[in-house]
Amino acid sequence: MNEFWVLLTGSLVGITCGLTGVFLILRKTAMIADAISHTVLFGIVVAFMVTQSLSGFWMLVGAAIAGLLTTFLVQLLQSGGLQEDAAIGVVFTSLFALGVLFITLFAGNVHLDVEHVLMGEIAFVPWDTWDILGFSMPKAVWMLLIVLVFNLLFLVFFYKEMKLTTFDPVFALSIGLPIVAMHYSYMTLVSLTTVAAFDSVGAVLVVAMLIGPAATAYLMSKSVIGMIVWSMAFGVMAAITGYYLAKLWNTSIAGMMAAMIGVLFMLVFLFKPHDGWIWKVFKRMKIKDTEPNIL
Amino acid sequence: MLTGNLLWVLIGAILLGIAAGLNGTFAFLQKQSLVGDAAAHAALPGIAIAYLVTQQKDLPILMLGAAITSALAVYMIQWIVGNSKLKADAAIGFVLSVFFGIGIVLLTIVNQSGTGNQSGLNDFIFGKAATMAKSDLVWLSSSALLIILMCLLFFKEWKLMIFDPIFAKGIGLPVERLRILLTALTVLTIVTGIQAVGVILMAAMLIIPAAAARFWSNHLGVILVTSAFFGALSGALGTIISSVRTGLSTGPIIVLCAASLFVISYFFAPTRGFIAKSLKKKAFKQRNVVKEAANHE
Repeated sequence: MNEFWVLLTGSLVGITCGLTGVFLILRKTAMIADAISHTVLFGIVVAFMVTQSLSGFWMLVGAAIAGLLTTFLVQLLQSGGLQEDAAIGVVFTSLFALGVLFITLFAGNVHLDVEHVLMGEIAFVPWDTWDILGFSMPKAVWMLLIVLVFNLLFLVFFYKEMKLTTFDPVFALSIGLPIVAMHYSYMTLVSLTTVAAFDSVGAVLVVAMLIGPAATAYLMSKSVIGMIVWSMAFGVMAAITGYYLAKLWNTSIAGMMAAMIGVLFMLVFLFKPHDGWIWKVFKRMKIKDTEPNIL
Repeated sequence: MLTGNLLWVLIGAILLGIAAGLNGTFAFLQKQSLVGDAAAHAALPGIAIAYLVTQQKDLPILMLGAAITSALAVYMIQWIVGNSKLKADAAIGFVLSVFFGIGIVLLTIVNQSGTGNQSGLNDFIFGKAATMAKSDLVWLSSSALLIILMCLLFFKEWKLMIFDPIFAKGIGLPVERLRILLTALTVLTIVTGIQAVGVILMAAMLIIPAAAARFWSNHLGVILVTSAFFGALSGALGTIISSVRTGLSTGPIIVLCAASLFVISYFFAPTRGFIAKSLKKKAFKQRNVVKEAANHE
């Protein structure tokens, strides 16, 4: 039964992050997600310092605020004349350092240490349960399900608008779509996804899960819907294979899942028919072979 | 108060700050700041592999392992961007998180291998400059000195390569090789700093001083000196604070010192700072209002 919960949690992380990550890749904001996954730590610590509790609700609130703050600060520095990559780099390293400092200063003796935040402990997920409406499921599963519903609702209602603001922001602006509000609400969703997932798999795997499957799906599909389906599938595949390999070698489950995301990406990148690297190399060799005949 | 070892640590931190400040400015101007972040995260698996292979934790060996995986990560980012439709940000994020994940996997294996717990490899995540051994500090300092020397040596060539690559090529500079050299030096800077600052925050040492220095001037020479000064100052302050209060990792403190310098620069720098800009905007508006009123009359 415990194994079932761990696998379910991993798969839910894969599905939720896979879904959210697609628009990160398409909007070229992958590194902002990386930044948010680091600064979420800061939000959680501040939420803990204010409320003195580690309840899931306040963690979500703190994370959402931290995510918005990150997005806002990056935007502010950019409008202040700093290039984007440096703005992201300055904001997230500073907030992350602040979060680490706060943890060591104020929260050292509670269940909130930095290593847990970074690497998560998915193996402990089944023991921390919540009872809601008579169902008893692990807390992580509940949080992931709630965030998944948020994400699905957002995409169902604003799918068209998201597509338009992503691919043609100028046109979207001209017909009166609130592109700034869209950007901020999407980034809020990214932060919520991050905090729901990081409790079980850690901040670093969240980045891997947000970016990796969606990037792999980007190579696989040419339509947004196709990309979403592939992305979720890759997320689940990485979660399940990563779990069993980690069990086999007795090592970090979250780390192994991230490694499997890398393996899946490399498989597609190298071997995909027509677009894969190896395919391209062969094509190039063929052209070289036929060249003398043309001349 | 300045005991022998702390003095050494201080010298190391200052040299590291100068090296990162100089090298970071070049990376910053090439818009490669986040590549440095990926390279820093990618150092972790290299450290673990080096330890697993040699069963030793001598700094040069671990540094060599870190350098290999960091360089591999940078190369992979360029390879992915060059051979697929993925953009740089996705490639950087992907490589960063996967390499770090592999690093965590290997670190777990090291920690389970009995002797691993004493190996102190976990310190590489956040850095422990205050407790570094003297022999390690000698390595750190000489490596940092090498970086500083190289930055001064190639100042003119890199300046040309960054601001006018076509002209640089035209007069016969090996632009590609210069670029590779700069990347290699960035990797070396990261590898030099990981034990003191940690893999996660090492990138900040490259990015923040350079970004802060950019507010103060439009001349590369001045930016480089300012950036090096900021790096050295935050390195020194961070080391002193974290050695006075035990239990604090050095990395976060150094980064927060650098961040404070950045905030000061952002607001108070002349001409490019926030306050100077707002004042200028206000003056401009007022002038226009006066002019418009004059036109109406």
